[in-house]
Parts: sequence; C-alpha cells; structure tokens
Amino acid sequence: MDAPAVKAAPDYSALPLSELDISDPRMFQFDYWHGLFARLREESPVHFQSDSPAGPFWSVSRYEDIVAIECDTETFSSEPAISIIDPEPDMILKMFIAMDPPQHDDQRRAVHHVVAPRNLKEFEALIRRRTVEVLDALPENEPFDWVTLVSRDLTTKMLATLFDYPWDERNNLTEWSDMFTNDERITAGEGLKREVIIEHITACLQRFTELWHERKGDGGEAFDLIRMLQADPNTANMVDDPLTYMGNIMLLIVGGNDTTRNSMSGGVVFLNQFPQEMEKVRANPDLIPSMVSEIIRYQTPLPHMRRTATRDTEFRGQRIRQNDKVLLWYVSGNYDAAAIERPNDFWIDRPNVRGHLSFGAGIHRCMGNRLAEMQLRILWEEALRRFKTIELAGEAERTCNLFIRGFTRLPVRVTRF
Amino acid sequence: MTVVTFVQHDGSERMVDGDVGLSLMETALKHDVPGIDADCGGGAICGTCHCFVEVSGDLPAPDSQETAMLGLRPDRAENSRLACQIVLAEGMADIKVRLPEFQM
Ligand code: HEM
Ligand code: FES
Repeated sequence: MDAPAVKAAPDYSALPLSELDISDPRMFQFDYWHGLFARLREESPVHFQSDSPAGPFWSVSRYEDIVAIECDTETFSSEPAISIIDPEPDMILKMFIAMDPPQHDDQRRAVHHVVAPRNLKEFEALIRRRTVEVLDALPENEPFDWVTLVSRDLTTKMLATLFDYPWDERNNLTEWSDMFTNDERITAGEGLKREVIIEHITACLQRFTELWHERKGDGGEAFDLIRMLQADPNTANMVDDPLTYMGNIMLLIVGGNDTTRNSMSGGVVFLNQFPQEMEKVRANPDLIPSMVSEIIRYQTPLPHMRRTATRDTEFRGQRIRQNDKVLLWYVSGNYDAAAIERPNDFWIDRPNVRGHLSFGAGIHRCMGNRLAEMQLRILWEEALRRFKTIELAGEAERTCNLFIRGFTRLPVRVTRF
Repeated sequence: MTVVTFVQHDGSERMVDGDVGLSLMETALKHDVPGIDADCGGGAICGTCHCFVEVSGDLPAPDSQETAMLGLRPDRAENSRLACQIVLAEGMADIKVRLPEFQM
C-alpha cells in the first residue's frame, strides 16, 4: 500500500482565529494538531467555529474548563448525542453515554457489574492466554503490521471473549464497531453513508437477539456479557426493548474496541520515541501499570466528546446559546501544561499518572477503564517478557477521523529472547 | 488528634494518626493503606476513593458533585462517601471507614 500524501499543516500561528478549522480530521491523520490546540488554549480557550460539515460548534481546550463543564451536567447535557453528529431520528439507540441523570445513573448501575473488577479477575486468565497466542505467532526479525496482527486481532478476540461470541464470526464485532464511528461527516468524506450504517446496526441487533434467545435459560454459567445481563434482575428482560439492548451492546462494542486497539499501537510508537522510558520499564516491570496510564494519556484515543447547552449561558466570558454543540477536547486538556507537568514528555512514572482526561471526568467517566487498563497491562507484561526488541520498521499511518485518534498501519519488527 | 481507622474488605484494620488538612484519601495514601485508587487526585470526578463511614462525629454533608458521583455506584450505601471529600479538621472526632472490595 502506498503511503498517503502528507498534507502540510496549516500555519496555525499565522491564521486569524476565525479561520482555524477544528473540524478537519486530517489534523489527526497527519498528526499536526498540537499547534492548533496550543493556540486555542493560549488565545481562545472557549472557541466558536461558525461552520463545519457537522454545523457550528464550540471547542473547549483547557483541562480545567473541560472538567468544569463535565461537572455541570444540568447546563451541558450529554443528550441527544456525544459526537458532533446528531442521531438519526429513525434509529435512536438508547445508550446511557448519551443520557443525563437520573436515567443515566440507573442504566449505568444496571450494567456496571459486567466490567466490575470482580468479573475482570475471571476474564484475566482467558485474556492472557489469547494475548500469548497472538504474540507467539508473530514473525521474528521481519517487518509486519502491528495494527493488523496485534492491536486489531487482539481487541477482536477480546471482544469475542467478553461476549462469548461465535469465534469464527468474530470479525463482525470489529466491523460493526468500525462502521459505527465511520460516518462520512467526520472523516473528510471518506466514511459511510448513514443508510449503510443503519443496515449494519440492524444486522448486529438481529445477531445479538438470536444469541440472547439461544442462551436464555440454557443453564450456562453467567460468564459472558450477554448472560450477565440475563442474570441480573435489573437487565433480565432487556431484549424486550431492542433499542436499549442494542444501545448497550453497541456501547460495549464501540467503547472497548478502537480505544483499546489504538492504545495498543500507540504504546509501541511512544516507547520507540522515548527509548529511555523503554529502558526504565525493562529494568522495572512493576512500572507497567503506570506506563499503561501514561500510554492512554499520550494517545488520547477519543480526542473529544460533545455536550449540548440546555440553556443560554455564559462560560469564561463567552455567550453559549441553548442547543449549541460544545466539544470537550480531552486531547488538548491532556497536553495542557497548566494541569500536566511536562505534558509533551512520555514519562511512564510521572506523578499523578492516572489524572489524565482520556477517560473523561465526572459521571460519564469511562465505565470500562479498568478493563482497558487490564488488557494493556497484560499485553505489555507478555510482550516485554518475550521480545528483546520491539522496533518501528517504517512510517505509521493514522486514522482520518475527528472522533478517533488511532493508527491504520504500523510496521514493526521484533526479536525474541 | 484524629485517629483514622481503615477497615479492608477482608476485615483487617489499620489505625493511623490523621493530619489536620489532609483528606481521608490523602491519609490512606500517605500511610500506604491499600484499597483507595484516587485516579483524579481528589477532584471528586473519578469516584475511585469510595468508602463507607462506620464511625465518626458530625461531618459536613456531601456537596452536589460528590452526591452525583456516589449515585453511580452499584454498591452505594447510606454511609457512602468519597474519601477525598472528607478533610480532617482541628478537634475532629476519631473516624472509622470501611473500604469496598474494589474501586471502579
Ligand atoms: C483506552 C481505552 C478507553 C478509552 C480512552 C475510553 C474513553 C472513554 C471516554 C472519554 C468516555 C466518556 C464519555 C463521555 O464523557 O461522554 C467513556 C465512556 C464509556 N466507556 Fe470508555 N474508553 C476506553 C475503553 C472502554 C472499554 C474497554 C469499555 C468497555 C467495555 C468502555 C466502555 C465505556 C462506557 C460504557 C462508557 C459510558 C459511560 C457513561 O456514560 O457513564 N470503554 N470512555
Ligand atoms: S480521588 Fe477522584 S473522586 Fe476522590
């Protein structure tokens, strides 16, 4: 595959503020977003852009301001959507990520146990076995694509494991997740039309409804996410409300897919860019959990989430109007020197390493964060144990999507001990 | 001085001397008492310092942010609090808190 032509970064320091485009996903594809957000944090921390493929919107770029808005859920609502695109009126999945209290709290409490640490312990051995299989099958001393052979394969297998999804159909899960976030309006026109997305969601609902009925009352142990929902009185009849069932399934598939996948790729890049950190973790593998948190900050796999103003309000001197879209740029807050010491350094044992915004903050803070951290911890425990070297073997290619920071290709070469 | 007792999920107890001005969360971290993760470092925005207050004098009631975070916990009880929001003050009565099996 030919590498895409690198689009030159706009000269962010020279453009008038009103000409800055914060909706162009190529800033992530070609990795030139740092200058844009540095300028916003400095000069226009609560910034209005009047036109974009998904309409006008505000951008909030400072750590402290992002937290303040997250905590004011009455003024800044998660309804009707947490991406810049409004939901389709003919297919509104009920996801608690896009609900406000008290409904949000009730639904989240009802499914939280499926990713609670007690269950994670049960999953850990299984996930470790899959990880070991994937790593042991990698070619030695010749370049391969880490995204395909490790990050994608592993997250697909982990999703299939969590849902106990039919093994030979497991690629469906990744496809459904990918298409869900691949709308043409946030991918510089390269993504899918909404009709196609709705077709996929319908197919997904059909398959998961079949699985629900196959499993219901078959006496199997409540070891997978579907059976866990069935076993809990609060969610035992969820299938009767397809938009809620599908909403929760989609949320667990999408939430846990490209976020974890892209963190798995990002870690390789950062450890190559900062070889002294690689030495540190080799010398002291007890640093792996802390390194995992730092990888998740440095990658910030979800660069922003959206809120919607429920009323006219003033925030940091700006007049935000009812129904305005407000994007909280975690990727900017995570590199805000006012909150994060030496933010541009990948620093695996930094103080307060867990204090990043990659999981959001407040009541919507990522429900799967312990699961994501566990998957990454296992990957690095097993990778550092087997591989003497893990080196980049070519140029990385990045995802062209405003909602996702990630990798589509990452050539890597490993050698074993 | 306020004596703080942390009770682990398995029932084991640790008693430590509290410092005025430190929160219960900071007190636990200072003395390496396990069971509190405190991801956000005390901002009441992560909920990973959940504890159950078993014995205490009068404590200031939780504010709206703390209440919002406690509202998410499947294991919430009447005496649930965020350990980062209880700050030891001069002359405060001794306090005993139980920690949940897991933070999440
Ligand atoms: C590194 C990996 C991950 C990152 C960076 C991440 C990021 C996020 C962020 C930023 C939010 C907040 C949404 C908001 O405030 O509007 C969130 C929420 C959520 N995440 Fe994750 N996530 C990750 C992994 C996972 C995994 C593995 C799961 C799944 C099982 C998951 C499930 C969820 C759910 C269910 C929510 C909604 C929580 C709520 O609205 O209360 N995430 N995640
Ligand atoms: S430390 Fe985050 S809520 Fe208490």
